[in-house]
Parts: sequence; C-alpha cells; structure tokens
Amino acid sequence: MSLLHVENLRVDIPMGNRPTPDDMLHAVRGLTFEVERGEMLCIVGESGCGKSLTSLALMDLLPRNAKRSASRLTLDGIDMIGQSERHMCDLRGNRLAMIFQEPMTSLNPAYSIGDQLSEVLTRHHKVSRKDAIARAAQMLEKVGISNATERLRQYPHQLSGGLRQRVIIAMALMCEPDLIIADEPTTALDVTIQAQILRLIRDIQKELGLAVIFITHDLGLVARIADRVAVMYAGEIVETAPARQLFENPQHPYTRGLLASIPIPGRTRPGEALGSIPGLVPSLVGEQQGCAFRNRCAQAIAACAQDIPEVEQDGHMARCLFATPAPEPIRLRERARS
Amino acid sequence: MKKDIALELCDIRREFRINQGFFKPAATLKAVDGVSLRLMRGETLGLVGESGCGKSTLAKLLLGLLPPTSGDVLVNGKHLAATDRKEMSRHIQPIFQDPYSSLNPRKTLREIVTLPLIVHGIGSTAERRKKTEAMLDVVGLPKRVIDSYPSQLSGGQRQRVAIARALIMRPDVLICDEPTSALDVSVQAQILNLLQDLKHEFGLTYLLISHNLAVIEHLADRVAVMYLGRIVEERTRESLFAEPGHPYTRALLDSVLTPDPRLGIPEIGLHGTFPNPMSPPSGCAFHPRCPSCFAPCKTAYPANDSIIGGNVRCHLHDTPAQTLELVHS
Amino acid sequence: MSTPTTLAINDYLPPPSSLSRVLGKSLRHRGFAIGAALLLIIFAGALFAPWLAPYDPYAQDVVLRMKPPAWMANGTWEYVLGTDKLGRDYLSRLLYGARISLFIGIAAALLSGFIGTVMGLLAGYYGGKVDAFISYLITTRLAMPVVMVALASASLMGGSLKVVIVLLGCLLWDRFAVVVRASVQQIRDAEYIASAQALGCSTLRILVSEILPNLVGALIVVATLEMAHAILLESALSFLGVGVQPPTPSWGLMIAEGKPYMFFSPWVIAIPGVALMILVLGINLVGDGLRDLILPDGRN
Repeated sequence: MSLLHVENLRVDIPMGNRPTPDDMLHAVRGLTFEVERGEMLCIVGESGCGKSLTSLALMDLLPRNAKRSASRLTLDGIDMIGQSERHMCDLRGNRLAMIFQEPMTSLNPAYSIGDQLSEVLTRHHKVSRKDAIARAAQMLEKVGISNATERLRQYPHQLSGGLRQRVIIAMALMCEPDLIIADEPTTALDVTIQAQILRLIRDIQKELGLAVIFITHDLGLVARIADRVAVMYAGEIVETAPARQLFENPQHPYTRGLLASIPIPGRTRPGEALGSIPGLVPSLVGEQQGCAFRNRCAQAIAACAQDIPEVEQDGHMARCLFATPAPEPIRLRERARS
Repeated sequence: MKKDIALELCDIRREFRINQGFFKPAATLKAVDGVSLRLMRGETLGLVGESGCGKSTLAKLLLGLLPPTSGDVLVNGKHLAATDRKEMSRHIQPIFQDPYSSLNPRKTLREIVTLPLIVHGIGSTAERRKKTEAMLDVVGLPKRVIDSYPSQLSGGQRQRVAIARALIMRPDVLICDEPTSALDVSVQAQILNLLQDLKHEFGLTYLLISHNLAVIEHLADRVAVMYLGRIVEERTRESLFAEPGHPYTRALLDSVLTPDPRLGIPEIGLHGTFPNPMSPPSGCAFHPRCPSCFAPCKTAYPANDSIIGGNVRCHLHDTPAQTLELVHS
Repeated sequence: MSTPTTLAINDYLPPPSSLSRVLGKSLRHRGFAIGAALLLIIFAGALFAPWLAPYDPYAQDVVLRMKPPAWMANGTWEYVLGTDKLGRDYLSRLLYGARISLFIGIAAALLSGFIGTVMGLLAGYYGGKVDAFISYLITTRLAMPVVMVALASASLMGGSLKVVIVLLGCLLWDRFAVVVRASVQQIRDAEYIASAQALGCSTLRILVSEILPNLVGALIVVATLEMAHAILLESALSFLGVGVQPPTPSWGLMIAEGKPYMFFSPWVIAIPGVALMILVLGINLVGDGLRDLILPDGRN
C-alpha cells in the first residue's frame, strides 16, 4: 500500500464576493498521484501551476477562503479529508512535516533554535524538555551542523541562510515523520550551498527511509535527485514518470518545451536561440475544459478541446492525445569542441 | 583604440560604513574592493557571483547611482564622475532583476517607456508616441497592452517593458542585473533570445550579471568571476568553461545542475560558509573554503596571473619565481 | 515569493482603476456607503444653502427669539428647527454653518497635507541628516498638546476664519509626514526608482512624478482623518471664543452661544452637536472604508 494516496484533489478559490461558477479560480484541478514509502517524488512546474497550493492542500494549511476537496486523501491509511483541525495539528510535524522556501522567515526570530526544535517534540510526544534538547542536538549534528549545543542557544538571526535551512530540515525530522513536503527549499540559497542541502536531504531520506515530495521549478535539480517526477501545468499533472524515463523520453509537449528551453553548458550552442514556449498560461477562472496547454501547443488539434484522458505505459503517464514515444529518445550529447 | 572600449573600470572601490550601535566603532564594509574590468564594444561580458559578492553594488556604481570611494569608471572613454548623470544615461542603461518592482505600478506602459524621451526632451509628442510604439513592437509586445498597467502583465511581459525602456534612448551599454532570475524557465528562454537578437540589431554591449552559469555560458563572450568584492578570474568563455582556473569557479561550475538523470548530486568540496564581508579572511579571501588551500593562501593576496584566455588570482597558478618570492617574504 | 493565490495574469483583464469597478466595490462596503451617504447629505446642504435656507442666517427678530423646534410644544413650522437667542432661524444657521465646517475641514486638511507630505517626502527620500532633522520636528510637534497651543496662538492672533485655517494647517501635518515618510522609505528601494535615477531624472521629478502617485491611497485615508480632526478643533476653538467670531454661523459658536440655555432649551446645543457628530462620523466611516478598500490591495 502506498504511503500517500491522493485522488482527484481540487482546490478552488472564489475570486469575487459571491462564489459563482464564473468567479471561481480552479487552482488545482483533479490531482491524482501516489507516493511510496522511501520515495522521492518531485513535483515540477512553473509559477501559477498550483504546486505550492497542492502542498498546502495536503497539509490542510490553505488560506481560509480556499476550498479543498478530494475523492481520497490518505496518509498511511489515515483519512486526511475529514480530519478536524485538532487532529490535523496532531499529524502535522509528527507524521508529516513541511519545509518552506524562505529560510529567513521560516524560523521565529524571538525564540532560540533549541526552543523551536524541542517544541516540535514536546508538542507531539511525552518527553521531558531535557530529552527534547538532547534529541535536538542529535538532529543538528545529523544535518551537518557542528557545535550543536552552542547553536541550540543561538537565535535565527545569528545564522546564515544555509544554516537556517539545515535547522529547518532538522526541525522537520524531529518526530521522524513518514512524509516530508519540501516546497522549493533551495531556491533562495546560493548555488554553492544548494548542492550541499540537496545532498543532505537525499542522504537523510535514504537513511531514514522517508518519503519526500520535493516541489521545484528547476528541472536540472529534479533530474539529479528524483526517483519519480510529476510535471504540473495549469493545475493538473500532465506527465508522471520515473526520473530517467521522463528526461530521456518526455511525452507531453509541455515537458518537451520546458526541456528545450533550458540552456545547458556543453549541450546548447551559445548564442543560438533557445527553444521557447509561445503564449501564456491560460486563466483558470471559470469552467475549464480540454487540454489547458492547447493554445500554446504546436501539435494541437480540434480534439484537444475535449477533456484528455491519461495515457499510461510502464509507469509513464502523460495527459496528451499524442503521448507516444518520441521518434528518437533525447540523449544528452557532448557538444563537439571546436 | 579608446573608442573600442565601451566601458572601463579602473580599480574601483566602494566602502560602506556600517553603524554597529553605540558601543562599537563603525565597521567598514568593502562591497567592491578594487575591480578593474574592460568591456569591449559589441561583446557580452558575464559577471558571475553569488549573493554578497558585490555585483549589485558594482551595477549601481556603473550606473552612477552610487559614487565610488575611489577609482574610475569610463564610459566611451569619458569619466563617469565628471559627466552629468543625465548625459551619461544616454549611453548606459540598466535592466533589473525583479520585474515586479522595476516598473512604477501607477504608470501605464506608454508612460513608462516614453519617460526617457521626456526627460531628455527628445522629439515632439507625436514623435514620442511613434518611437514608443515602435520600441514596444521591437520587444515583442502587442499594441493592445500599451495603455495597460504593469499589474496586468506577466513577469516576462514586464521584463520586455523594462528592456524597451532601457533601449529607447539607444544606449551603447546595457547593464543586465540578473535579468531572468525571477522568471520561469520558459519565459527565461524568450527573454534571453530577445536580448541576443537586440544585441545584434542595435549593436549593443552587455554586462550580464548572473549567478546562473548556464545563462552566462549561453550569452557571454568573456566571463569574470567575483568573490567578496574582487574579481578572482577573468577569461574567455570557452577557456573558462573548458578549464576553470580558480577553485571557486570550479565549484560554481560543478554546482550547475544540468538535467541529466544519470548524474547525481555534484560534490562541490567547499568547506564552511560565506565569510562575513565586514571581516574578510586574510590573504586570499577564499582560503577558508578552498579545497586546494596551501601555505601562501593564508597570508598573501594573490597577484593577477596570466593563463590561457585571461587571468586568474590564485596561488595555484603562480609561476615558480612568484612562489619563491612568497616563501621568502 | 508570490502568494499561493497569484494568478497567471493574462492581458485580457480590464484596467484596475476603472471608475465603475471602484465605485461598485466601494458601495458594497457598508461602512463606506453609510458614511458617504451622510457626507453627501451634509455636503449638499452646505452647497445649496442659499436655496435651501428659508431665511437669512443673520436676520434677527427679537420677538421670535428662543422658539423651540416645530415638533415641540410652542414651536411653529415656520421655523422648523426653532430660533436662537437673537431670533435667527436655526435651520438656516445650520446649513450655513455646514459651509464653515466643511470649508475649514478641507482647507486645513489641504494645507497640513501639503506641509506634511513635503516633509515626509524629503525625510523618506534623503534619509540621513535630513531625516533626523525632520523626525525631530515631528517628535516635537507630537509632544505639543495641540488644543492648548491652538488656543494660545489663536488668542494672541485674534480669532477669525483665516487664522483658524492657517493655525490648524500648521499643527495637523504630523500624521501626513509620518505616513508619507514610512511609505517613501519602502518605495525608495524599489527598482523603478533606481531606473528613474539611471535615466537622469531630476530629484524633483522622481519625488513628484514617480513616488507621489504611489502615495495617493494612504494620503486620502490620512486626509479624511485630519479633516475630521480639524473640524472638531475648529468647533472647540470657536466654542472657546478664539475661533470664528460671531455672528458667523459656525457650529461651535452656536454651541457656545447656547450654553447658558442648556438646561431650559437643550435643542440650542443639541442640534449643532448632533450635526457635528454626524459629520465627523461620516468622515470617519468614509476614511475607514477607504482604508479597508485601498490598503489590503496595496494599490487602487
């Protein structure tokens, strides 16, 4: 049985004063996916695709006016849709934890690191504060922070961005959750720190057998760490596949378009035009039908205006009428040196 | 020969005095600590660095928004300090990173793009209208948005407006400070393509500042790497990417995550964290983090050594004579 | 970091500041609608006073003095709101008094707004010593008890409409300055200001043309508050004899003149008092409504 089972997750946000169908923003439109124990699933998409809202929907932390619904949303068999807020609070931090994007604002500046870390443990389990602090020190060492006992007494403003993000990861691990949702955890960090944090997340995941949902817009990052990838566009998952298959054989035109627009040292020719996707993301306000990508797609036909079924083969799913293997799988070639 | 150098920085420095409260003396922050660069006409010089290296301060110095503490900036051979800022703005213009704060939310696109013409008193009202519409067409914006407000546009469209505004005066040099960092990948590609096309169409010279080496590799002819206010390496693009000279450059290059699922997470090999710019390390500022650090790195600031395609400030590239000298001193 | 509810904007949305949309949104805010209605009534009364007022507000008729309002015993419908101690029609004085109150409120708000905005712009934009000096002025002004200073100054200079306006204008600028200063400090670091500087714009153009339009929302809110403040202060000054001088029909004066009769003929104080309350309430409701409508959005 999968650890996380999501079926037909929807998030609707009323835009006007009255919740008429015309004024409803359908930010997440029927997401269905699963996460196995110990698996790293990357949800990749550009801004406005609904990936952040998805993570908030899973945690039930949506803004008050947003409406969430799903046919099924279970974590380790526990139903998460019908839970009262009290029970959700018991689950959050305990069975599933979240890491946010901004290390600068994710920690409360008024409390020490030790206070914030130990609070997570004492909130959910019956441990004394002394034990909680000891465990916090353990966690800090696990995430690669030396001088743990000294750091526990420090305040967030005394740490750099990279260190803060490590603390936040430690905080997420305090209760040994089954699932961690990481929403762009390295976007705000410097490039040389990013690789360290990624390695840390990956190593800990493997060591503790955690499931991680890693949300990002960076396809390069996804290629390096993901076990499986889900590509989101306009509130829907348009393609899912094991990482290697997605990059070697992308089937959805949007995925292909994204891959073609990334400059890659050693592969794309300097100075030459990058592939780009014309047009803009469509508005998700009001009733939607058909493929949301069709007015930007070179292959669009009349049938794309109807709802598109998922085409699945060997664990590779694409929501496109043209989802067949590409004539030649895209392989990364070294550019010939002049 | 001077005419071929579009932009020149001569040992430019900029310091800030940071108030440390009542009981400690004010500290000096050397944001830019002796930068010398030359930008030849028609080329794109990429300036690479992470946050805190001083590249944003450098951009402000070049635009005349901050006066340097010492050193010179020459635009087309003329001293920036001695030239009226208004006059200088006809030659050098910026494109900033954040498309959400680089346009005045209270002005229409027309007003934003026409402003430079008004400030410099160019053309009649009718002529200005024509120029503005032509410029928006060049950057790929449809006519119907010309009377819209920035809040109605996407990030990519706003960046196009910023480009139109910068180019309407036909400047020589464009300072692009992370022009695509805040944009989505697919939009980034559009803007990069646009910048490339415009460079050829208008004969522009670019200083492209970015932390993204993939973008730099795609557009730059030459590359300079900045760390803690100093240039540590300056090479042609091919030579830098083929064989980085400075360990920091090597680390930056290794950090680029290409979408190749066969590769894992790169091992960067840097120790520690970014040092406090107010108390930089002695000798080579990079030595506490450098995997190749050895004796002279802690004490002596490296000289500018020549290597293939440019030069680099690193003791690893010292000639034997230089190393001997350091040992004896 | 964009909020989760950020739309992918397409360029088919209508402009944000189209009048009909703003009006529609404003009128749905109940407080704003009520306040606006109240103000509209008073404003109309003041504007059309010459046509609405049944009598000349200065015309005295000693025979008819101290007549109560029409609905009370002894009242007549000829003088709907009664008459004051000199036989002047109260309704007419009320309508003409509205003119005084509104005029003073608007004029004082404009004057103090101008002073405060200039100071806030300079302090916020230049920072450093300029900011330190202006902040010192603001702090000094805040330390002053406004009513007492106004009282003292007005008695020295002699009360009159002009004096009251100038005085209030010179005393009520502090909130403008504080709000403008804070807003300018936020805006100053925005990249569109750096772009304007890089274009060679003069400082004056940047302050007036680039920064000021972004402050309009906050300024409107503060202006409504200060208008109410000014009206109340004028009433207080007139009540104490150092504001508008008799026989001008200021509501404060009417209250003052009615003081001796407070217990026997309470309407003489009640009527202008209620009018004042309604005016200030209307202004505050409109101000609150504007703040709710403008500030969460950040823009219009």
